[in-house]
Amino acid sequence: MTSLPSHPSDKALGLVIDLDTCVGCHACAVACKEWNTGGHMAPLPDRDPYGAEPSGVWFNRVHSFEASGACGGRTVHFPRSCLHCAEPDCVTVCPTGASYKRAEDGIVLIDEDKCIGCKLCSWACPYGAREFDDDAGVMKKCTLCIDRIYNDHLAPAERVPACVAVCPAGARHFGDLGDPSSAVSRLAAARDGRDLMPELGYRPTNKYLPPRVHTVPSVAPDDSTTGATGALGWLDRLLSR
Amino acid sequence: MHPALSVIVFTVASGAGYGLFALVALNVLVGLPFASPWQGLATLGTGAALAGFGLLASSAHLGRPERAWRGLTQWRSSWLSREGIAALVTFVPAALQAWIWLEGRPSRLAAIALLIGAVATVACTGMIYASLKPIRQWRHPLVVPNYGLMAMSSGALLACLFARCFGAPTATLTLVAGVALAAATACKITYWAAIDRGRAASTTVTATGLGAFDDVRLLDPPHTGSNYLLKEMGFRVARKHASKLRRGVLMLGFALPLAATLGATLTGGTAGVALAALAVGANVAGTVVERWLFFAEATHTVMLYYGTRSV
Repeated sequence: MTSLPSHPSDKALGLVIDLDTCVGCHACAVACKEWNTGGHMAPLPDRDPYGAEPSGVWFNRVHSFEASGACGGRTVHFPRSCLHCAEPDCVTVCPTGASYKRAEDGIVLIDEDKCIGCKLCSWACPYGAREFDDDAGVMKKCTLCIDRIYNDHLAPAERVPACVAVCPAGARHFGDLGDPSSAVSRLAAARDGRDLMPELGYRPTNKYLPPRVHTVPSVAPDDSTTGATGALGWLDRLLSR
Repeated sequence: MHPALSVIVFTVASGAGYGLFALVALNVLVGLPFASPWQGLATLGTGAALAGFGLLASSAHLGRPERAWRGLTQWRSSWLSREGIAALVTFVPAALQAWIWLEGRPSRLAAIALLIGAVATVACTGMIYASLKPIRQWRHPLVVPNYGLMAMSSGALLACLFARCFGAPTATLTLVAGVALAAATACKITYWAAIDRGRAASTTVTATGLGAFDDVRLLDPPHTGSNYLLKEMGFRVARKHASKLRRGVLMLGFALPLAATLGATLTGGTAGVALAALAVGANVAGTVVERWLFFAEATHTVMLYYGTRSV
C-alpha cells in the first residue's frame, strides 16, 4: 500500500550527520556498498567497474562543497543518502505498492518483487536517494540497514547501519528521531540540526549538523598584534617604531 | 530530465487517442450528423488503436513490463495508477458505443461515459507530472490544461480528417479544432514565459542545510563517472536549442495545422482531405517536439548536488 501509514508510531529511525566533523573519506559509502550488495536489496550492480566509464548503484554518496559567506569559508564534505522522510512522495507516487513506509519505525523500503521499474519514485525524490538497477529492472534504495539494526546475530553494539559503524570521524549517528529524549534528538537540537530542502515539505527524518562557527576560518588572517606581551611584545614595540 | 522515447511516444499517441475519443463523444452529444455509422466506427477504432499503442509504448520503458498490472492497484495515492485505470476503463464505453452504433444510432449515455473517461485519463497524465515537487517546470498549474488542450487539438484534427474522408459536415469540427489549437498555443506560450520567469525555490544552500553561508558550490563530485541520477535527471542537451525548438512547436504543432485545416475548408474535396492529413501530420510532429522539450527543459533538484547552483 503506497498510502502513508494512517497510524504511524512515534518511532522515526534515522541518521544525524555531522558536517562539522565529516572528513570526506567515503568510508561510509564504501561500507554501505559492501554491506548492501549482500543485504536486503542485494545485489547493487556495477557496470564496467574497471573500465573507462564505470557506473553502478550506491545508496550513499559523498559530495564535497565549498561554503563561503560573511563568516568565512571552508570545505564541507556532504554524505547524501535516503532521509526516510515523514512525507515521502517517492512512496505515494508508486503505482504498484512496491514502495512503502513502515508504520512501526518510519523506514522507507521497496518490495523488489512488486516493483515494475517505472522510475517515477526516483523523479519524486528531491534528494536523489533512489537509483535504478538495470540488471534486475527494479529501483533500489537505502534500507537504513534493516538487516543489521534488528539483527540478533550481531552484537548489540553492531546493530547500527554499516555507514555509522564504519565512520572513523564519529560523524554519523543512528537512533530514534521521533523520541525527543533520544541521544540523536538531543544532538540535533543542541547543534541546530537542519532538514534538507525544507521548502519542499518532505519533512526528512535525517538531520544534518552544520559546521561549528569556530571551525570556519575567518576571511582574512588576523595580523593584529594587540595583546602581545613579554619578549614578543617588546619586539613588536621595537619594530613598530 | 531525460526524454525517454517510449514516454514521448506514449503521451503523444495516447493524447491523440483519448482526444479523439472525447471528440467522438462530443460529436454524438451535440448531435452532429455522421455520414454513416462507419465514420463513427473508424474514428473510434483509430482512437482505440492510438490509445492502445500508447499504452504498449509506455510499458516499454518499464524495467519489469510483465508486472505492469500491479501498476493498477494504488489508485488511492498514485496518479500513475489512476491514469492506468482511467485509460483501461475508457475502452469499455468506447467498445459499447461501437457495438451500439453497429446496431444503428450512437448512444448518448455511452458518449457521456466516453467523454468522462477520456478527460479523466488525460488529466491524470498531466497530474503525474504536475504532482512532482522536485521539478518546478512540471509542478505548474498550466501543465494539466496544456496536456488537455494538446490532446483536444490532436483529437479534433483527426476527427476533421475522418469527417472529410467520409464526406460528413466539417464546419463545427473545424471550429473546435481552431479553438483548441488557439487555446493550446496561448497556454503553451504563457507556460513557457512562466517557467522562464520562475524563480528557483531550492538552491545548493537549502539542499545542504548550510544556511549560515551565503554561497555553496560543488568542489568535488562524489564520483568521476556517470550514474543513474546524472543520466535520468541531468539531461541538458536541448536547453541550448530551446528557443529554436519552441518556434518549431509553434509552427509545426499549432500554426501549420491551423492554416491547413482552414485551407481544407476552403478547398474541400480531395485537396481538403490531403490538407486535413497534413494538419494531423504536422500536429503530431509538433507535439513530439513539445513533449521532448517538456522533459528536456525540466530541471530536477538532485542536480543541486552535482554542480547546478539553483533549479
